[in-house]
Amino acid sequence: MNELFVQIILGISIASVPLIFAATGELLVERSGVLNLGVEGMMIVGAITGFVVQFHFDNALLSLAAAIIAGMSIAAIFAFLTQIMLTNQVATGLALTLFGLGVSAFWGRAYSKVTVDRVDAINVPGLSDLPIVGPLVFSYDPLFYLSILMVILVWYFLNRTKKGLILRAIGDNHDAAHAIGHKVVRYRFIAILFGGAMAGIGGAYLSLVQVPIWVEGMTAGRGWISLALVVFASWQPFKVIVGAIIFGGITILQLHAQGFGVNVDAQYLSMLPYLMTIFVLVTLRIRIKSNTNRVMPSCLGKIFHSTQ
Amino acid sequence: MIRLQTRTDSSTLMVFFSPLLALILTAFSTFVVFFLAGVDGFGAFYVLFIEPLTSLYSFSEMLVKAAPLIMIALGLSIGFRAGVWNIGAEGQYVIGAVAGSAVGLYFYEVEGFWLLPLMSLVAIIAGMSYAGIAAFLRTKYQVNEILVTLMLTYVAILFLSAMVHGPLRDPDGFNFPESRLFHDSATLPIIWQGTRVHIGLAVAVILAFVSYFWINKHITGLQIKISGNAPRAAKFAGFDENKTVWLSLLVSGGVAGLAGVFEATGPIGQLVPHLPSGYGFTAIIVAFLARLNPIGIIFSALLIALTYIGGESAQITYDLPNSITSIFQGMLLFYFLACDILIRYKFVFTFYQRQ
Amino acid sequence: MFKKLFINAIRLFLVASISFLAGGAIAAPTKAAFIYIGPTGDMGWTYQHDVGANYVKKHMGDDVEITTVESVEEGPDAERVMAQLANKGNEIIFTTSFGYMNPTLKAAKRFPNVKFEHATGYKRADNVSTYSARFYEGRHVIGKIAGRMTKSNVIGYIASFPIPEVIRGINASYLAAKSVNPDIQMKIVWVFSWFDPGKEADAAKAMIDQGADIIMQHTDSTAAMMMAEENGIYAFGQASDMGAFGPRAQLTAIIDDWGPYYLQRVRAVRDGTWESADTFDGVREGMVGFSPLSDQLPADVRAMALQAIGELAAGTLHPFTGPVNKQDGSPWLAAGETPPMFPDLLTMDFYVEGIDSKIPQ
Repeated sequence: MNELFVQIILGISIASVPLIFAATGELLVERSGVLNLGVEGMMIVGAITGFVVQFHFDNALLSLAAAIIAGMSIAAIFAFLTQIMLTNQVATGLALTLFGLGVSAFWGRAYSKVTVDRVDAINVPGLSDLPIVGPLVFSYDPLFYLSILMVILVWYFLNRTKKGLILRAIGDNHDAAHAIGHKVVRYRFIAILFGGAMAGIGGAYLSLVQVPIWVEGMTAGRGWISLALVVFASWQPFKVIVGAIIFGGITILQLHAQGFGVNVDAQYLSMLPYLMTIFVLVTLRIRIKSNTNRVMPSCLGKIFHSTQ
Repeated sequence: MIRLQTRTDSSTLMVFFSPLLALILTAFSTFVVFFLAGVDGFGAFYVLFIEPLTSLYSFSEMLVKAAPLIMIALGLSIGFRAGVWNIGAEGQYVIGAVAGSAVGLYFYEVEGFWLLPLMSLVAIIAGMSYAGIAAFLRTKYQVNEILVTLMLTYVAILFLSAMVHGPLRDPDGFNFPESRLFHDSATLPIIWQGTRVHIGLAVAVILAFVSYFWINKHITGLQIKISGNAPRAAKFAGFDENKTVWLSLLVSGGVAGLAGVFEATGPIGQLVPHLPSGYGFTAIIVAFLARLNPIGIIFSALLIALTYIGGESAQITYDLPNSITSIFQGMLLFYFLACDILIRYKFVFTFYQRQ
Repeated sequence: MFKKLFINAIRLFLVASISFLAGGAIAAPTKAAFIYIGPTGDMGWTYQHDVGANYVKKHMGDDVEITTVESVEEGPDAERVMAQLANKGNEIIFTTSFGYMNPTLKAAKRFPNVKFEHATGYKRADNVSTYSARFYEGRHVIGKIAGRMTKSNVIGYIASFPIPEVIRGINASYLAAKSVNPDIQMKIVWVFSWFDPGKEADAAKAMIDQGADIIMQHTDSTAAMMMAEENGIYAFGQASDMGAFGPRAQLTAIIDDWGPYYLQRVRAVRDGTWESADTFDGVREGMVGFSPLSDQLPADVRAMALQAIGELAAGTLHPFTGPVNKQDGSPWLAAGETPPMFPDLLTMDFYVEGIDSKIPQ
């Protein structure tokens, strides 16, 4: 039973990692006041790029680097359009998703019949063999640890560095931030690229770790879930982990329940995370009335143009 | 040194020039994509964009595909003008289809001229109520409607799946997840014999003109326009922001719901799990391509419909993958949005730096 | 004499021109089209239909011109794609997913001269045939192998949608496994999708964690096979040979071999002998086949599997042979009895006795 418990936790963790990556990236983007709805598109481009590079070079680091660069490149289109050409963020984000899904499917046609070496878990000799704690703490793949590290880094950046403070200020009031001389566009541009990089790794996790194959549309809506997750986390990095575990956990647990012969209503159960997100949004707003501190970035999705 | 300067008034020249430029750029990029794919560029271009217009059948199918896009985009454009971002039209479309179809299936034994109007009415109310959730949360708790409508889209699609696997499943259908076929009085009338062009197209075009006049001539339309362009001015003028939010979401939700039941009772003829084919999201593109202009929406919906039909022809004729369509649509929107900057801003070339 | 020569000359001319005309007709290829639900790279269902299409091309060469359209949604687009294919002069169109049933009938009505072939459906017309395979015969064989090869006595089954075809497969493999291993237990997980690699992998993982050491799947991706390979357990390929994704894990694969049927139907159109029919072929006719049995199988298991395949091919074995009770204990088949195709097999909506799970509603 302990063994099963450990395995369930492991399964949930693996399902959560891509969500943590993509959502943490998007969180920083949204904190800077930009809403990028193209996460799904950036993820899938990361997934195909990572897969193709892994197939040809069989080098995990290289494939991940490629996925990051691919995610950033496609995010750069979004950044250029919304920050320089001042386009509407909702429409541009949707276009990015369409474009990413199309490009990846087009490029990936030659790779549907092959498989690659999976990026493996690091087993720490001795430690990994400890009962329960061993597998729970020491037998993940390196990207799992990286995802947690990124959450910590983003938290640290936002709350403990001057640049993080400026980024948040820009997200809350870009006109004021601009007035005191902060480079609004530069900050946002970099934040968007970071979001692209994170979505890229998240996508690559799917095609390199979770199931090392390439399939058209294999992100299967995880980019959209990441968007929900940012809201669910009320723009707080650590809550992304909690949210990812709930979102990933519901899927894994209902599969396990079925395995035990428990009849579950898969469709109704799958609605839960989305309904919970809405619920969080509402309670968040109710709480804000007493605590003006932690809010949704006020400038989220608004176009900034400095009229000099 | 190049710098952007806000125009005091939208440039009329650019209003026409910018879409043209966007089309040219998209066409050029498409050629590049074809070239990379090793396909004869001119031939593929012909198949994608010209051939569907040369046969009556393809042309009629373009109209069929455009009808729901026009309807949903019209509803959305009203909210977008007011700065109300309903991006969950897909969900309202699905809920409308499910609710309307449920009525049709409930009266499966009954024939009557009143059935289709009743189904449409129920679909409109269902779509409105569903979008109304977002309006309620935004006006009461200041919750962002983008996120709520998006979340509700997923819930709606899962709800449809639960319905066609459960209560609305065809009892004689060997447990396959789809509903019964609607009988005649629950099926949309065809307005062009021999094709699938149904009355929904006529409704869509009429709605386009209605909303054109509403936006430009009626006081509530103006209110919406001003709320979007100058929220503070709207407040001073005594326009109620909450009213605008409710109005925008109810209208877009109702129209999307109607489009949903039209699709189920028209081209499909039954409720199937694959009903949501992204029209709700594509309609956002349509609305933006038309720069939220109701009449423009008719044309942009036709253009997008053309890319779908052309994409299928390209697959049939050139064995080009399906994904060409989404690449093309993505690029089209990129260029359109980018070129719009020419309308609102002008590039100022400053050759001499002020010292 | 001159007159005779003249008549002969005319006769010769007529014969020549008729054979010329006939020759001309033969030279024009028959146009056949295939509509797929997924990408041809799914390595399962769609891939195997595409293999069938290529088989036709290989055997008919210049006599056939084949068009394939992939990833056609089952919604409103399907009927248009069929109509466009018909407009392009295709004489026979294969629609290879259940969800195309009503669109196929509508398109067939519009194009009465075009022959349609709908896979896995149950509605026919003068120009619409249906065809499917007795996949449960394949399930019988893998069930027997699984019953012998499992050490934990737990088989994991990844199911897609609770439709008769899937339920037949579950029942057939359970009965077969039980017949060689009375302690067998089957865990069934519904993923409500035909193709979602992430979810299929998660489902496989969940069942492996719960003790399953053999995975069966009625979904189309290779994800479960890869999970089995990685976790050192066994699995069976679905629809096509998935050995490349699980070289050690795959014990055998049930192969959907559509090629010969497609060839026969396209030829029938060419010869003008095509008639609407309902085909439901199995191992005997070659529509259900197996990839080479794995070397992992001990000699006696291999012999048992080959014997079962032989008996299915000879028509002496029916996977559903009484006595069999339904899950609730009520009798279904008496000793030695086999079920009729309709309604029992075609509308199957119950588990057999012994399966510890419920069909989702």
